Amino acid sequence: MAQHKINYLQEAGLPVALTTVDKLVQWGRSNSLWPLTYGLACCAIEMMATGASRYDFDRFGTIFRASPRQADVIVIAGTLTKKHSPFMRRLYDQMTEPKWVISMGSCANTGGMFNTYATVQGADRIVPVDIYLPGCAPRPETLQYALMLLQKKIRTESASKKLQPKRLV
Amino acid sequence: MMRVYSNKTNVQKKPYYSDRFWVAPQVPRFVVENDAVFAADVAHLKEKFDIKEAYIEKDQLVIYIDPSDNVEVLQTLRDELAYNFLSEHSAIDWLAKRGEFEIFYQMLSTSKKKRMRVKCFIKEKEVLKSVTSIYKSADWAEREMYDMFGVIISGHHYMKRLLMPDDWYDHPLRKTYPLQGDEAAQWYEIDKIFGKEYRDIIGPEERDGARIDAEDTYRFARIHHEVSFGAKPSSEPTVTDYQEEGGVFIVKKLKKEDAKILKERP
Repeated sequence: MAQHKINYLQEAGLPVALTTVDKLVQWGRSNSLWPLTYGLACCAIEMMATGASRYDFDRFGTIFRASPRQADVIVIAGTLTKKHSPFMRRLYDQMTEPKWVISMGSCANTGGMFNTYATVQGADRIVPVDIYLPGCAPRPETLQYALMLLQKKIRTESASKKLQPKRLV
Repeated sequence: MMRVYSNKTNVQKKPYYSDRFWVAPQVPRFVVENDAVFAADVAHLKEKFDIKEAYIEKDQLVIYIDPSDNVEVLQTLRDELAYNFLSEHSAIDWLAKRGEFEIFYQMLSTSKKKRMRVKCFIKEKEVLKSVTSIYKSADWAEREMYDMFGVIISGHHYMKRLLMPDDWYDHPLRKTYPLQGDEAAQWYEIDKIFGKEYRDIIGPEERDGARIDAEDTYRFARIHHEVSFGAKPSSEPTVTDYQEEGGVFIVKKLKKEDAKILKERP
């Protein structure tokens, strides 16, 4: 004679949650996006502000890492010069798959106001970019929103994505 | 002060720089003889060196010397005339006008509170002696001068480009260098990272800031009326929820109607 009758079919009745592997992996990936500590110009100041206590990136599970081997996302925060472009590409190549790129601010998107010989005219000439952030410099809220959009994008991706051969861009 | 009125008819069709070859008015120059501050300095230098020209401009002495004398002149200025600081040193490109570079050394005497400028002209391929043995501050200035103008320096201990990458072609601050870069500059990152054969795949740089693409109507939709990539513009307002339908595993979806808005801070 059962003293308590548990209705397993009701919500939270069964101590088991059913989900798909895809969803579980995406959930893990999107909620622990570790960006690389990598700043190029004034946008990096806004990126640091986003990481600090007022905007608090940590609550999205976003903790800056000092090594590309531990990073999932690289925020190109500032003017990418031609002299620096090989190093930027090398950092991107050193990151482990899966990896994402946020191009932050006008300079990284298109070269911005630096229509000169020394500036890369858009970071997407070097690396594949997932999210372009407009602004000069974008406010911390914008970077937060970009991160939320990136999380949304990761949740729509297939978890068992086939490793593509090294794309050119 | 009001700006002088100018006729604005067809102003868009006119070239942007209508006075491109405008020459700035000259700053008045004064003779050095009888000057209380600098006359003695020039007299002292004239005993040893060939001073081609000397005048005072904005309370600063300017002298023109022979480029082969530069080390000795600066040595004299430092040791005998108390100009203990080389504050600036670079070149001016006069190659188109007279086939020469104008080299200047801006000097400061902190003890006697006066400044002067030593200038000389050198030909494009002429070699200039390094003054790093006298002033340490000339180290990077000479490297930058070589980097930006291609002025060749002899006797520098570490002659290497300062600002541009080591494998950069040409010297960017010359008047003949295009602002948006020559071919080597425009393809620099592609050639270096991927190789020349990928130029066709990646394509040339988009340099036109005023370029308008008709497709942009679809790519950049109106704010609060965003549509997916390639779709037609829509007048339907888009939902601004950031969390997608179906929600995130475990994370509870925020419903706006359930949110409690406080009238005042508790």
